[in-house]
Order: sequence, then structure tokens, then C-alpha cells
Amino acid sequence: MSYSSTTLWIIIAGLALGSWLLRFSFLGLICSKDLPEWLKRHLRYTVVSVLPGIIAPLVFLPKATGGVFDLPRFLAAAVTLGVGVWTRNLFVAVIAGGITLYSMLNISF
Amino acid sequence: MRSARHDFWKGFWGALPFCFVVGPYGMVFGVLAAESGLDVLTAVAFSAAVIAGAAQFTALSLMQDQAPTVIIIVVGLAVNLRMALYSATLAPHLGAAPFWSRALVAYSTLDHSFVLADAKYQADPAMTISQKLAFFFGATGFVGVMWIVGTGLGAWLGTRIPDWLALDFAMPIAFIALVAPALRTVPQVATALAAAVLSLAFAALPYGLGLIMAAFVALLLGAELERRMQTTL
Repeated sequence: MSYSSTTLWIIIAGLALGSWLLRFSFLGLICSKDLPEWLKRHLRYTVVSVLPGIIAPLVFLPKATGGVFDLPRFLAAAVTLGVGVWTRNLFVAVIAGGITLYSMLNISF
Repeated sequence: MRSARHDFWKGFWGALPFCFVVGPYGMVFGVLAAESGLDVLTAVAFSAAVIAGAAQFTALSLMQDQAPTVIIIVVGLAVNLRMALYSATLAPHLGAAPFWSRALVAYSTLDHSFVLADAKYQADPAMTISQKLAFFFGATGFVGVMWIVGTGLGAWLGTRIPDWLALDFAMPIAFIALVAPALRTVPQVATALAAAVLSLAFAALPYGLGLIMAAFVALLLGAELERRMQTTL
């Protein structure tokens, strides 16, 4: 990599300022004014659309294996999802997923 | 009336599991940053100033490809577009807070703290502004610190961290655990499925564009399903 330290700091500052502006955008503009019902209905689906969109490629095409499907990682993801839906407990789901991942990685390799 | 301190600790305990995954995830970023030639101080400053995992990873990989500065910034921010959606979702709850509180909320909006706060605010509409703020900062503070500390540790240890730890998979597991309890209704499950399938279909698109498109289409689908189910009932 051949970026000068000045360029590097410009990149960091640009990303920092831009990220903050994105996060502040609506919080900064709208002061306590209530949003219309149709908009709120859409925003209620932010979590269940963005997170699965981030997760799916990480599970099915993990970078650590060069984008190739990896059974231990897939099973760990499946167990985390199953336990999470069943118990509705985040902590229990994370632990179950972690145990699955390490035991599967040890069996396969 | 319960004190805001109570809500701060509620947020803190709710977010605690994330400390265990955000730390390792930060270490992964630190290792990659060190491999890309960043020193420990620069890597830590990167994480402290931006605090957004996905955008930082994207920027690093573009830097390894020798991309132009402007492209790195624009693409990194495109990956962070979802934060504007988070901001819009938080605005009705926290919009009346003082400027500096909102500025601090904006700085520390992370995926997990947003999800925890959004769920809490919906479940408990009687919360006051100060209680909502306290919950948010409780949920976000320590995890943000872990991200920064993890980055420093990873940049310092570098390649001495063994591969078998599979640190790369800490974050997917945390995100799945985060979204699973939110999958209660038919529109919610349909939205999640659509977003997952579409993001895989769009996976080849550059610069995180696939995620934005997939999430947007899935979100429209979920809201439309909810509206139709309400009108037919």
C-alpha cells in the first residue's frame, strides 16, 4: 500500500465526518415532530431487512474461506438462528452459535 | 418515576454480550489494518473516528486495491447508508433531545445499539427522553470502547493471532442473535428472507450497493405485507 500519511488521514477524516453526518441526518433535522404513519410503518422493517442483508453473504460466502461455502460456519449460523428464535435470548443464542462453530471446526479439521 | 440511571444499566446489560464479539471483530480489523501498513496509532484513530465496522473493512480492502482517495471515501460511506435509515427510525424518539445529546447519539450509533434501542422504545412507549437517552448510551458506550481497544490489540498482535480462532465469524453470529428475536410476524419473517435472498443475488455488485438495494426492496415488501394484512383482517 502506498498512501502517504496525509492521504491516510484525509481518508479517515472523510469517512468519520461522512459517517457522522449520515447518522445525524434525520436526528438533526427532525426535532420531536412526529413522522407520518406510512413512513413509520416502513421504518419498523429497518432491522429485519438490513441485518439479514448483511448476514446472508457472510454466512454463505465467507471471506475467511475465500468466498467458498463453509459447513461449520453455516451450521453455527443455523444453530444461532434456531436458538435465537426459540429462546428469544440473545446471549444464549451467541453462546450456542460459538460452541457449534468451534466444535464443527475441530471435527472437520 | 424510575431514574434514568436504571435505564442506562438496562442498556448496558442488554449490550454486554456484544462486548465479547465486538472486541474480537475489532481485532480482525486491527490485524488487517496492520497488514495494510497502518501503525497501531493510525488503526486505533481510524476505529475511534469512524466506529463503523463494515465501512472500515470496505475502505481497507479498497486501499489494498490502490483505489483513489475519493472513491474510498464515497464507497465507505455508501456502505454506511443504512445509518441514515437508523437515524430516521430514532428521530421520532430522540428528536427532541438537546443538540449535543443528539450529536453524541449520532457518533455512537452502532448496529446493535440501534436494534436494542429500537426494540426497547417500541416495547416501552412511556419512556421519557432522558430515559431513552440513558438506555441508548448504556447500550452503546462499552461496546464502542471494545471496538477501539480490539482494533489496537489486533494491530499490535498482528499475524500472531491464529486462524483457528475464526474471529471473522464473531460478527455474523452476533447479528443473527440480534435479529432472531425480532422475527415474530409473517411480514417480519418475509422481509428477512427476501433481504437475505436478494443480498446473495446482488452479492456481485460492487461497493455495498447490493445490500442497500436488497434491504430497500425487502423493507418495502414488509411494510406492504403489514398494510395488506391489516386491511383484510
